[in-house]
Amino acid sequence: MRLAYYPGCALHGSSNDYEQSLRACLGKLEVEPQEIKEWICCGATAAHALNHKLSIALPARNLALAEQQGFEDMLAPCPMCSMQLLKAAKLMDEDAGLRREISTVIEAEASGRVKVLNLIQVFQRIGLDRIKPAVKKPLADLKPACYYGCLLTRPPDVVKFDDPEQPRSMEAIMAVLGAKPVDWNYRTECCGAGMTMAKEETVLELSQRILADAQQHGANCLVTACPMCHVNLDMKQGDTEKRYGVRFGLPVYYLTDLVGLALGISPEELGIDRHFVKVRRPLEPVPNAAKEPALGVAKGPHVPV
Amino acid sequence: MLWTFSAGCGIITCTDGHDRLERCVLHGCHIAPAFVTPTETTVPVESSAAGNASSCVLTAILTPTRWTVCYQCGKCTAGCPVAAAVDMAPNQIVRALQLGNFEKAMTSDAIWACVSCQTCSTRCPQSVDCAGIMDALREVSLRRGLASPAQKTVVAFQQAFLNNIRRNGRLDEIELIAEFKFRALPSERSLGFLLKDAGLAPQLQKRHKLHLRGEKVKDRAVVRRIFERCGDGKHA
Repeated sequence: MRLAYYPGCALHGSSNDYEQSLRACLGKLEVEPQEIKEWICCGATAAHALNHKLSIALPARNLALAEQQGFEDMLAPCPMCSMQLLKAAKLMDEDAGLRREISTVIEAEASGRVKVLNLIQVFQRIGLDRIKPAVKKPLADLKPACYYGCLLTRPPDVVKFDDPEQPRSMEAIMAVLGAKPVDWNYRTECCGAGMTMAKEETVLELSQRILADAQQHGANCLVTACPMCHVNLDMKQGDTEKRYGVRFGLPVYYLTDLVGLALGISPEELGIDRHFVKVRRPLEPVPNAAKEPALGVAKGPHVPV
Repeated sequence: MLWTFSAGCGIITCTDGHDRLERCVLHGCHIAPAFVTPTETTVPVESSAAGNASSCVLTAILTPTRWTVCYQCGKCTAGCPVAAAVDMAPNQIVRALQLGNFEKAMTSDAIWACVSCQTCSTRCPQSVDCAGIMDALREVSLRRGLASPAQKTVVAFQQAFLNNIRRNGRLDEIELIAEFKFRALPSERSLGFLLKDAGLAPQLQKRHKLHLRGEKVKDRAVVRRIFERCGDGKHA
């Protein structure tokens, strides 16, 4: 699979453990995403909050670059980036005048040929039926709370992915890995996203609700496909515990961590040792442990095939 | 100057001869066709100069959000993760706009406390893009200097972020934090705020997550030109 890779700023910044995990995991599945040359920031919340036109132009430039470099598919593992890219593509598809205007602004043209994929969609592309036989160490001891956050599924008319209220695509992957994802309520609630620095109390409050709900529903870890969610739930978990006088101790994995572990990649190769919440030994995969089917999956209509 | 509120549809148009024009002669801003409507049954609403100047731009960029069709079911507010902690709930913001009270919405704390999670827009039975309304309000509120003083820290962060991208093409985290702290310090006025995240540095360093020098794209001139064409100068 020839796949353009748009890392976005987070994966080249303090969330570089996500990139390490992603490269190790996809490499094992023989997918080598190629970084788009000269990619620029998508503008994130700052652009859409302060300058609408800029929030279309910045992602559009990246779409145009991917196209110029001969790609048809583009992985954006950060949901903020992928949503911004998809939104720019959608707005330009709907309005030829806007496409012309933006082309002048960005000194390139994004014709709309490049398809933007999130991480889960790349796994679906590879095929869960191909991943299943490659599982060497089933994650039988793991009861992950699959956390989608906001932008993987929202806004639905932009991202057109899974069900915005009851997504199941991550649970389906977990089932293939032999883990037992829990049913819980906060899978699509917001963790406070980019407010980590500017309004820390919002992040701690929202993260506290998410972690508490995961714990109450018997999860022994969380799994996410978003660098910002990981920062708020992992790096900030200690601060959250301190502020609310509670103890969670819930490891937070990237989706690629768990797929990687199941494929037999070591935690160090995946960068799991660089997370903040200590991963306790018992939570690590036990080779060839119980093989009973996972609970709570495959019952919704949104299980991808 | 008067603004009129056409009863029934909630559409606001300018009465100083600016309606039926593509471009507002007073402010030079574009008026979307949806707002160039005949004003048969009109109730004049007088408001302050600042409110008027802003609403002209606002109505244009608000058009795609379908703000006029909200019927106040409150689903946006029910799902909003920060509604309980802000001065105006999402449905109240939309109502204020429909009643022509643009200034109240633009000066609210709520628009800056919004985390852009898109839950409101996703659940709206009328397909009102409430999150898009928040974006439009933030943009115009900042441009007109109406942003709530209580929310200076959030504004400072977003401005520092855009300045950073404008300079480097990609985010330089340390530079961002430095500029953000510098900008927000006058309103925060505490040493604690200045040093709050300093303790994190060794933790990040230990995990190889700290980059003393951020990445830069080679062609930074094009980034700057993009910003300029989008009317986004340096945030002073």
